[in-house]
Amino acid sequence: MNTPACAPLVLVVEDEPQIRKFLRASLIAHGYRLEEAETGKQGLLLAATKPPDLVILDLGLPDMDGLQVTREIRAWSAVPIVVLSARGQEQDKVAALDAGADDYLTKPFSVAELAARLRVALRHAARTQSGEAESVFQVGDLCVDLGKRVVALRGEAVHLTPTEYRLLTTLVQHAGKVLTHQFLLKEVWGPADVNEVQYLRVYMAQLRHKLEVEPTQPRYLLTEPGVGYRLAGE
Amino acid sequence: METSRPDPSALLQKLQADEKRQKRGRLKIFFGAAPGVGKTYAMLTAARRLYADGVDVLVGYGETHKRSEVAELMLGMEILPRRQVEYRGTVLGEFDLDAAVARRPQILLVDELAHTNAPGSRFEKRWQDVEAVLEAGIDVHTTLNVQHLESLNDIVSQITGIQVQETVPDSVFAQADEVELIDLPPDSLLERLKQGRIYLPDVVARAATSYFRKGNLAALRELALRRTAEWVDTQMQSYKDEHRISRVWPAGERILVYVDESPLCGRLVRAAKRLAVGTRAELIAVSVETPDSLRLSQEDRERLVATLRLAESLDAETVTLSGRSVVDELVRYAQTRNVNKIAIGKTIRSLWKDVLLGSLVGDLIRRSGEIEVYVISGDEEEDPVSRAPHPRFRPTSPWPAYVMAAGIVAACTGVDYLLFRRFDLANLAMIYLLGVVLAAATCGRGPSVIASVLAVAALDFCFVPPRLTLAISDTQYLVTFAVMLLVALLTSTLMVRIRDQAESAREREKLTSALYAMTRELAAARDFEELIANGSRHLRETFASSVALLLPDDAGRVKVPTEDKMAFEVDPTDLGVAQWVHDHGKMAGRGTGTLPGARALYLPLRAAQGKVGVLGVRSEEADGAFAAKQLYLLETFANQLALAIERRRVLADTQQAKLQAETERLRSALLSSVSHDLRTPLAVITGAASSLIEDRTVLDEETKRELTRSIYDEAERLNKLIGNLVFATRLEAGNVSLRKEWLALEEVVGPALTRLREALAGRPIKTTIRRDLPLVQADGVLIEQVVLNLLENSLRYTPPGTPIEISAWRTDKTIVVKIADRGAGLPQGTEQRVFERFYRGTSASGTAGMGLGLTICRGIVAAHGGRIWAENEPEGGAAFYFSLPLPEAGPALPSGDS
Repeated sequence: MNTPACAPLVLVVEDEPQIRKFLRASLIAHGYRLEEAETGKQGLLLAATKPPDLVILDLGLPDMDGLQVTREIRAWSAVPIVVLSARGQEQDKVAALDAGADDYLTKPFSVAELAARLRVALRHAARTQSGEAESVFQVGDLCVDLGKRVVALRGEAVHLTPTEYRLLTTLVQHAGKVLTHQFLLKEVWGPADVNEVQYLRVYMAQLRHKLEVEPTQPRYLLTEPGVGYRLAGE
Repeated sequence: METSRPDPSALLQKLQADEKRQKRGRLKIFFGAAPGVGKTYAMLTAARRLYADGVDVLVGYGETHKRSEVAELMLGMEILPRRQVEYRGTVLGEFDLDAAVARRPQILLVDELAHTNAPGSRFEKRWQDVEAVLEAGIDVHTTLNVQHLESLNDIVSQITGIQVQETVPDSVFAQADEVELIDLPPDSLLERLKQGRIYLPDVVARAATSYFRKGNLAALRELALRRTAEWVDTQMQSYKDEHRISRVWPAGERILVYVDESPLCGRLVRAAKRLAVGTRAELIAVSVETPDSLRLSQEDRERLVATLRLAESLDAETVTLSGRSVVDELVRYAQTRNVNKIAIGKTIRSLWKDVLLGSLVGDLIRRSGEIEVYVISGDEEEDPVSRAPHPRFRPTSPWPAYVMAAGIVAACTGVDYLLFRRFDLANLAMIYLLGVVLAAATCGRGPSVIASVLAVAALDFCFVPPRLTLAISDTQYLVTFAVMLLVALLTSTLMVRIRDQAESAREREKLTSALYAMTRELAAARDFEELIANGSRHLRETFASSVALLLPDDAGRVKVPTEDKMAFEVDPTDLGVAQWVHDHGKMAGRGTGTLPGARALYLPLRAAQGKVGVLGVRSEEADGAFAAKQLYLLETFANQLALAIERRRVLADTQQAKLQAETERLRSALLSSVSHDLRTPLAVITGAASSLIEDRTVLDEETKRELTRSIYDEAERLNKLIGNLVFATRLEAGNVSLRKEWLALEEVVGPALTRLREALAGRPIKTTIRRDLPLVQADGVLIEQVVLNLLENSLRYTPPGTPIEISAWRTDKTIVVKIADRGAGLPQGTEQRVFERFYRGTSASGTAGMGLGLTICRGIVAAHGGRIWAENEPEGGAAFYFSLPLPEAGPALPSGDS
């Protein structure tokens, strides 16, 4: 194995050997080191003994609920967790995200998608760890200067209401990551309004109309149906 | 269980009989009611089957009667040559017994068992030949008509007017190992006769017109059916003897026992039961309600009810008839039920009463015709059912009625006093008669009798000289008084009877209409709950009682349905009683002989197909028991209710079955579709992957990439197919629960377009969604699926590069989304069919879907209370629309900021 020792260590917790095989091949090709676990218990043990830089966790494990694994890891570690699940299990995804997972991938997924998610998760973790927050966020034509509190599109300043701005900055702080409705509502409106999804709908629509060229085919403010929103990170 | 062990000598007898039977051939009789029902045909058809199975069958004697269909059946079978017998110059062909026994087939066919052989044959009758064949250990199949049975000879000649000469002893029939009844309804038989398809023996042919009458044929058919049934019964009996089954099974006989309120009737019922057991007959206990019985005392009624219940406990059927005359009703009922014997108690009345009023027994015997009447004596044995003394005098009218009757007579006296000077004594008597009639019409029997006597006394006292004494001067007045008293008594009796009949008619009318009303409402009930509610309401009103309907659960435990709020509370003890009633199918509880400690009376609800529940009735009256008449009515009501419940159940079952069949059909369509649609992409994947694995060196880079690409594409397609399949299945099973939330349509269209980005490449996409479109309450994931499926559908059925247009707008109460393409449009008339399962159009791309996408859309939209439809655009192309209802009130929004 010629992967350098400093390459990020990924722990894969997945019971399907075929998926593990495919992940092993593609992750090593992308320059990651790998630990594999077949069961949740084994995964937890490995996560504790050989602390990984990132965990890929299948939600449907034979011995214990993936949600439970997420919670247990979160009890003592901030390692980024990307969960794998099947389509139609939006509730499970939301639960996993709310339990502390960083992102999710719906099976089947392409290697490109996987690599992108891993990059975002790792970058985000690095930033959180170092404590430094980038004060200027740039993606495509959109530029958000958190220090100056200025939002610009193609170089022109865009006027946002305070709530719209709060919503946008929350997304910017987690750029590339999916954020659940609950999380956004709590961050922007406070814990009392975590169920008022319609607030989000209205303000996201307003933001899209101000920031997107074609609001029905957004480039920056992406909707994850049934789960939440994501600000395009790259 | 010493008693149930078979008697050793009987066992020995049976063994010997068995042994004999084993050596003996088996006899099978094809039995019919009349010539032409198809016995020979059936016998030959069966024989052909056996012959085909390799059984050695020989036609010993087959009578074709020159009918080609029968002759045809004998073709190819071995036929025994007939023995030629010369008799009075003609040569007759007879069954050759010796040849048949010498040939020793497994089965020998001999037609017409009752045939008389030509003189000079070894045996006189053919059945004797057959006996000989059987003794030789050869099985025989033969045919026989019911008219040829010895014991029925008389009856048949009575019915048909023809004396049959050829008879077979009943024992031959009884010992047959198998009897197959060949039954044909009289109408069909007559039809055959008309077509000339029946051969008639000479004797019968001569009298054919009188013989083949529908009535005759029906009677003969009944005889044949009954004889067969009796034969089966005997078989059953011997089977039961063999297997020591002691319960008596009812045979064809029926005994009717007449019961009234007399205390001796309990004994009578028991005696009748003994008679019934002896003859293995069915027992029916009948009481008749006449105008007289309306005036029975409470004790008499109770006794009657008790007797009827006693009969029930003895497994008798109980029936209450109503009519004017006991004898008329009994005879009529006995005839309709084919009763063979009537049992009746010997009445203990004085001779003069019998002479004057007629004797029930005498009348019955005179009128009963062919039905045997058994008169059972009323011994001194006291019956436990009826220890209460029989009351002699029953005041049936309350005392005010007597006062009123006296008043009427006084009024008449007053009128007469005014008329006295000018009119003759006869006219004064007329006024009194009028008064007596009035009293009879208004006050009842007792007072009218009193009025009659008073009227005569008043006439004598006030107007007949010497006046103001009861003495009379002229003896001729004695005649006047006697006639007047007689007339007064007669008219009053008649009046009372008319009044009673009117009353009883009124009462019956009332109950009939109540029954009719209930039946009508039961039929009209929309659902099961309404049915139960209507039924119990009617019962409550008609019988002034509290009612509880207990229905069995899957385990057969009865209980009051929780929806029934009007039911009286059934305590655990009563619930036990109700359970007993349900299990045994017999009435029990208050006022009956079974479990009388219960608070209410429980009747089983029985319908054609079995038990449906239990009806509990609690009388509001103090004693809580019902009179026989009411009980009878209750049973009628309960039967109606049971039938209605069963009908409703059957209806529900039918619907369930239909649904199941539909599901089954769908499942098989799904399976065939799935196996095809899933295999196609799999075949591509397997093929491409195997090329890559096996021969890396031969393939150039370009080909390799192409193969890899097709693996990826087909895998994607497979994923979508499976997704749709899973989804459709879940929708079908109804376990897709909507997670409704406030939703902006923009956010539904966006992700769908993103997911299809690759497929949509190169197509102009135009979206027109108004900014001010309100939020809808919907499941975001599902609505996105709808948009996705509609887009994919458009992609599949339109050429690449053609535009797709998405628009959404608001109507009064809905939001409408439209997805239009510029393809060929939908074929005329398929606008609805496209949403059907497994419907596929002609694909533009050549890759047809499974025909589930649009079905899923329809399912999802329908679940949201919306509508989905398709239209062809005027300028070409197809447009798919779906609408989602807007909620009454919009969402609560945060106070705006600027």
